[in-house]
Amino acid sequence: MSSPEYSSAPEFNSRLERRRAFSTIFKNSCAILSWLSIGVLGFLLVHIFSSGWEWISFDFIKNAPSRMPHKAGLFSALMGTIWIIFTTAAIAIPVGVSSALYLEEYAKKNRLNSFIEINISNLAGVPSIVYGILGLTLFVRLMKLGPSVLSGALTLSLLILPVIIIASREAIKAVPNSIRLSAFALGATQFQTVFHHVLPAAMPGIMTGVILALSRAIGETAPILMVGAVAYVSRAPHGIMDGFTALPIQIYNWAREAKVEFEGLAAGGIIVLLLVLFMMNSVAILIRNKTQKAQS
Amino acid sequence: MTPVDEAKKISEKELMNKRPKSTKPESNISSGDKENDLRNAELKGEGVVISYGADQAVKGVDIAFPSNKITAVIGPSGCGKSTLLRAFNRMNDFILGAKVEGSLMYKDMDLYDKNIDPVEVRLRIGMVFQKPNPFPKTIFKNIAWAPQMNGYTGDIAELVETSLKRAALWNEVSDRLHDSALGLSGGQQQRLCIARSLAMKPEVLLMDEPCSALDPVSTSHIEDLMLELKEQYTIVIVTHNMQQAARVSDYTAFMDSGNLVEFDETSTIFTNPKEQRTEDYVSGRFG
Repeated sequence: MSSPEYSSAPEFNSRLERRRAFSTIFKNSCAILSWLSIGVLGFLLVHIFSSGWEWISFDFIKNAPSRMPHKAGLFSALMGTIWIIFTTAAIAIPVGVSSALYLEEYAKKNRLNSFIEINISNLAGVPSIVYGILGLTLFVRLMKLGPSVLSGALTLSLLILPVIIIASREAIKAVPNSIRLSAFALGATQFQTVFHHVLPAAMPGIMTGVILALSRAIGETAPILMVGAVAYVSRAPHGIMDGFTALPIQIYNWAREAKVEFEGLAAGGIIVLLLVLFMMNSVAILIRNKTQKAQS
Repeated sequence: MTPVDEAKKISEKELMNKRPKSTKPESNISSGDKENDLRNAELKGEGVVISYGADQAVKGVDIAFPSNKITAVIGPSGCGKSTLLRAFNRMNDFILGAKVEGSLMYKDMDLYDKNIDPVEVRLRIGMVFQKPNPFPKTIFKNIAWAPQMNGYTGDIAELVETSLKRAALWNEVSDRLHDSALGLSGGQQQRLCIARSLAMKPEVLLMDEPCSALDPVSTSHIEDLMLELKEQYTIVIVTHNMQQAARVSDYTAFMDSGNLVEFDETSTIFTNPKEQRTEDYVSGRFG
């Protein structure tokens, strides 16, 4: 029995000791599990930095790939990744956000639209190599875009569209309906309501989805290999129709080289990839926080 | 009669006694005025039936809201009063499966005519909602947005100022117009929402329980405001608060289960209603 000061009416057996113990156990297991995943990530980072850091230098960034480890760099791959990511963002963000707006704000709730909704969720789970095959058939061969930055970006856009659409829809759904109603009651058109109120209010959530999606795209190897990001490209692309290679592919190529030095180069490449990712996310988070501030 | 009923009855009586002394000197409308008011009413509904799927929320209501008067719509929860109110500025358009039948007219405009843009309806018939719902923007932008969207040609800062003054909010916010509206108290937010509606210079103001989320002080602010506004606007207010209906309105409509039971001058409804159901409701015996 619990001590008298805890007991309320005699009908209750509140067992406070037991419930408090359960709360503590739950809190601690959550903490342990989250530190476990952080620990694995930390181990990975330490491992990569210890083997790759010595290879990071200005030359490493500005040199073209080479057979000789000490002359090898990843300039072309870095530029390829930057080109790919910007083009992908330019394609996927407008298309994804517009689709989400259409599905949430305009589309009638009928069978066709719920069918579309279910399929978008399913698409998010399709393996990336499938998108690669699709990109090869559709963009490279059928549309004759060739193994170009554009083909790669279009393929990656397809890959991340479901993520952007789903995240944007959730963000749009979370905008209180009272905002829409008050805008309409003031004589706004649907476009004005959506563009001036719904979209800005949903922006932080949309940006979170975009960050996640682009982070996934930047590390993808399989789909851009399929569309022909060739292994050895020593020139950085100068336009969206140029051939390209990308950081994950360069890393992959170095990792399977026989010479042991290339292992260090691969680790160096990973560090550069992580830095690009980090910078990209910082910009996105900055935008997100700015819109969040404007909304409060 | 239980003591509670008795207490309610007494407070109701006290209220009646107080009314003439309060902010409404002209509350004794003669019956000739009533006929005149109804004849000149510009906002009218005939045979209004509103259904959500198979459920009829409003079952054939004929009603006219006299111009430049405050009409209160009262009735128990779920009687269809808010649904009826929303029909008059096409806000039911946003409720899935809602269907409005019958004739709803404002002046010579058929509100549900196929050629009528609902935006036009809402420009002339403004609405204030139950919960204060300012935009998550600055106080200034809350008011300036809609006029700017509609091509306001005058001085926008001046419009913001006059709207806030008319909503009795200017003195409290004049030094922080560019702060977020979400930092205001509930009562201030609701007055901001009223100011926002006023800035669009509508001809009719529909208010859906505008004070139900507010404290008594803010409520009395808004009631004073309504009495001032009726000089220029036709006001319809849906309320659960019978004291409020008695305090501010000229006419009262009592609705029950989708039907309009009685419509009369407020003093008649609260002191000498024709229908037994009305009397039971206003005296607190049911609802």
